[in-house]
Amino acid sequence: MQGRVKVASVMTGTAPKTWASRTWWTLSVACLVAVIGVLFSIFAFVIARGIPALKPAIFVTSTQGVAGGLLNAITGTFTLVFVGLIIVVAIGLGTAIWTVEFAPKWGKRVIRFMVDVLVGIPSIVVGYFLYVALVEIAGWGFSLIAGSLSLAIFMLPYVVRAADVALTNVPAALKEGAVALGARPAMVVSSINLPYALPGILTGILVATGIGLGETAPLIYTAGWSNYLPKLALTHSPVGYLTYVVWTYIQQPFEASHQLAYAAAALLMIFVFLTNLLARSFVEYKLGKNRAR
Amino acid sequence: MEFAVGDAVRAASPATLQRTGSQAVLRVLTGLAALASFMIIFLMLFFLVAYAYPAIRFNGLSFFISPIWNIGNQYGSGTVTRAGFTGEAGAAFGALVFIFGSAITALLTMFVAVPLSLMVALSLVYRVPRAIRPLANALVELMAGVPSVVYGLWGMVVLVPWIGQALAPWVTTHLGFIPFLGGSAGSGNGLAASVFILSLMVIPIMVATTRDVILAQSNSLFEASMALGSTSWQAMTRAVLPSVRNGIIASVLLAFGRALGETMAVLMVCGAAINAFPQNVFSPVNTIAAVIVSQLESALTDSSGMAQRSLAELACILFIITLLVNIIARGIMRGADRRAGQGQSG
Repeated sequence: MQGRVKVASVMTGTAPKTWASRTWWTLSVACLVAVIGVLFSIFAFVIARGIPALKPAIFVTSTQGVAGGLLNAITGTFTLVFVGLIIVVAIGLGTAIWTVEFAPKWGKRVIRFMVDVLVGIPSIVVGYFLYVALVEIAGWGFSLIAGSLSLAIFMLPYVVRAADVALTNVPAALKEGAVALGARPAMVVSSINLPYALPGILTGILVATGIGLGETAPLIYTAGWSNYLPKLALTHSPVGYLTYVVWTYIQQPFEASHQLAYAAAALLMIFVFLTNLLARSFVEYKLGKNRAR
Repeated sequence: MEFAVGDAVRAASPATLQRTGSQAVLRVLTGLAALASFMIIFLMLFFLVAYAYPAIRFNGLSFFISPIWNIGNQYGSGTVTRAGFTGEAGAAFGALVFIFGSAITALLTMFVAVPLSLMVALSLVYRVPRAIRPLANALVELMAGVPSVVYGLWGMVVLVPWIGQALAPWVTTHLGFIPFLGGSAGSGNGLAASVFILSLMVIPIMVATTRDVILAQSNSLFEASMALGSTSWQAMTRAVLPSVRNGIIASVLLAFGRALGETMAVLMVCGAAINAFPQNVFSPVNTIAAVIVSQLESALTDSSGMAQRSLAELACILFIITLLVNIIARGIMRGADRRAGQGQSG
């Protein structure tokens, strides 16, 4: 990228500069400024409205009707994402290990393709599917497990992809050495592949967490909504979550509920920002380690 | 060199029973996990189609050509049976308004977002000073991760009032002579707000992928074009961009799929039109994704269940369209990757 810019600037010094070229470049920079400006104003809006609304009481009380605090929504969001992550890590890691270590060539191709396509499925389709299948037909009602499963479907591709790349990059020599020393496949995977690929896998899990924290549509008709703290029950007990507060409380005619919506939005932004930051720092750490070697 | 544990153990001889046993267990367990993630899409598709089947028969072709969505009279005034399936009297499930709404919002979004994203990506790669480039990149990537409900919140509180009170009245009075810009200014909820929000949501994604394919392309094309005497803009648009055409097409298709399927942000600003087509760019619209959320509650009151099954039919349509868009996009991307790979090795 550096070389490219150097060339570009050197070249623009000597090559013909035309009115058209300059105008187009100016226009493209103007587009960049406009887009970043609008994105930044959204960011500033959420922070400006949300931070004043983040009073300490919000973290210790639950919602009551359209007012109160956010304790139930915060714990609910994390419970949903946590249970979703357990499912995703089990299935996602298994998928990635099979794809990298056992799959025939066509198997690798098919799995990678399906996982890529999975990213593009509209969230409401998954939400509606799980609503009909689990909430109604299986009779589980609005529940933790239905909500977490819907999140899991969205988080899965991010974990599989990251784990796939990380496991593929494990040096063959390490695995060969382990096999030559008599390690069984399960041992090779657990003591060579997984530790080596851990930073990459963790990055994927963090990115997936960010995705799960922000989902709304698949949860509305699977997790439902609850004014109480999540119970330790997988079925038949609805769970509250932050995105629901943003969506519904802003439509209430009361200032107190608007405040909660802004606070929830700010919390979501902060959580997503933190997971992104952590994910980036894992990538940096990995790069640093590789450079050091 | 590629090395897989599975191959090594297969090749190793003599393989002890113990080794093959542990190999088999790991293989089967991980294989089951892979099968699960592989099956999700088929399972969903199969289930939704099966569930929607009565509605598919009941609605017939009118689902695609009628704009009237009416769950029927719920107060026991009889039922109506079509093609062997029963709905409430007066029930009619025409989805044309929603199908049209999804298509028009997604297409207009592409119309706005594609040129903008290309311009932004170009200036990110070639014009932004190196000192602030990481910051600009980080902001673009961060915005791609912002929950859609947060965009929706901003849309409801900031964008919609601005469109309703400032933009729409001005445009309808001063530019009203242009088709689809005149007429009622409306409340601000509608097509324009949806397209605005959707554009903001897909631009970061398109910018990131476009930037990456440009950066992955060898710099020699740019240099060669410059050496032939073109301006830097010509080198960019006539040499570099055409060479990464497939990557860009794929990213546009992915963004199109995202725009079709986006639910919450659109739901919060679209005005939830029912039984009415938009008259101009400020009219309320509705999309398939948004209507599934906003109509489910009333669909649940339909004791025949046909309204709910019709929503499932909508979900099927959205699913199949986005699936096709994504498969085509990924196919193009794969093809582009493979060609790039061959180019490097050859």
